[in-house]
Amino acid sequence: MGLLTSLKDSITRVTDGLFASAEPKRIGIYGPPNAGKTTLANRIARDWTGDAVGPESHIPHETRRARRKEGVTIERDGKEVTIDIVDTPGVATKVDYEEFLDHDMEKEDAVRRSREATEGVAEAMHWLREDVDGVIYVLDSTEDPFTQVNTMLIGIIESQELPVLILANKIDKEESDIQRIANAFPQHETIPCRRSKDRTWTKCTRKSRSTSPNNARSNQRRRRRRTHRG
Amino acid sequence: MPEVTSGDGDGGPTEGEDGPDDGVRVDMISGARMEGLTSMEKIRLILDGVREGNIVILEEGLTPDEESKLIEVTMTEISPDEFNGIEIETYPKSSSGNPGLFDRLMGKEDTQKLTVIGPANQIETLHKDENLISTLVSRK
Repeated sequence: MGLLTSLKDSITRVTDGLFASAEPKRIGIYGPPNAGKTTLANRIARDWTGDAVGPESHIPHETRRARRKEGVTIERDGKEVTIDIVDTPGVATKVDYEEFLDHDMEKEDAVRRSREATEGVAEAMHWLREDVDGVIYVLDSTEDPFTQVNTMLIGIIESQELPVLILANKIDKEESDIQRIANAFPQHETIPCRRSKDRTWTKCTRKSRSTSPNNARSNQRRRRRRTHRG
Repeated sequence: MPEVTSGDGDGGPTEGEDGPDDGVRVDMISGARMEGLTSMEKIRLILDGVREGNIVILEEGLTPDEESKLIEVTMTEISPDEFNGIEIETYPKSSSGNPGLFDRLMGKEDTQKLTVIGPANQIETLHKDENLISTLVSRK
């Protein structure tokens, strides 16, 4: 119970910190390929609804469509907030089918996978501009966070005035460097996460409470968007 | 920064001016050249050049929204054995570079950053910091 509760508690406090109103919110899980986005989305969805969001894999671009899990109700301090979790394909500026050939894939399958991956990335970018209210940005803490994709995506998220939380994933690995991520994006809270070897649990530890100056702007933005749509 | 790109009447690059076949063409596009273009015109200008194997250097870069659209359009154009996508590099944002409210209102939000864009299979970043982008460019 303890470890599952830890993840629940972290996410609960995150959503509690990010959003002030009781309206349903859509939280996009973004990040580069293979950072652990689907694993995280599945843990959140399973813990609250009992269902998974999608299959997990060590092969990049396993998630090639944005997948939404609706109606995840989170309770904290006697208050309930309902959110949708959107697991998105890993964002990249290039997709080469030959990379999939290294994973024992036939060329035809690799080409199909790369086509689906490109469509998925385009879809993820569209969701980010139009359809999410907050972002959990997942990074593999063993990888260099100073990549152009990360820099651009965080910049895009900030320009959209979306609240964002950065999860430093895979901290159980020896090469993990949480501080490097915190240094890369000091303007946002970074939460370290690790998962068990059998992937049955994920634990996130919150270091400090986010002061989320974007709360009010996020709500204003949502209202503007609804007015525009309406 | 002077505009190095030459071309037809509208100032854009044209076919047949790529120089020797064994070279790599670099289009350095000034902020003034980009200023009057819409987002999609900027993206087309970049991707058309990159898809021809050119390296495109933008004096003032793109806005975050334009970067988002550039990724989206790039993805729709990727084709196996023809075009694998782009490599893009800008100087990392300085920790002291957060724009104030006035700059945001004036549209000066983090867009003035030198940006290098090239075909993913021809350009490799060797080093990047706040003051230097070092890339290795290969022929097709």
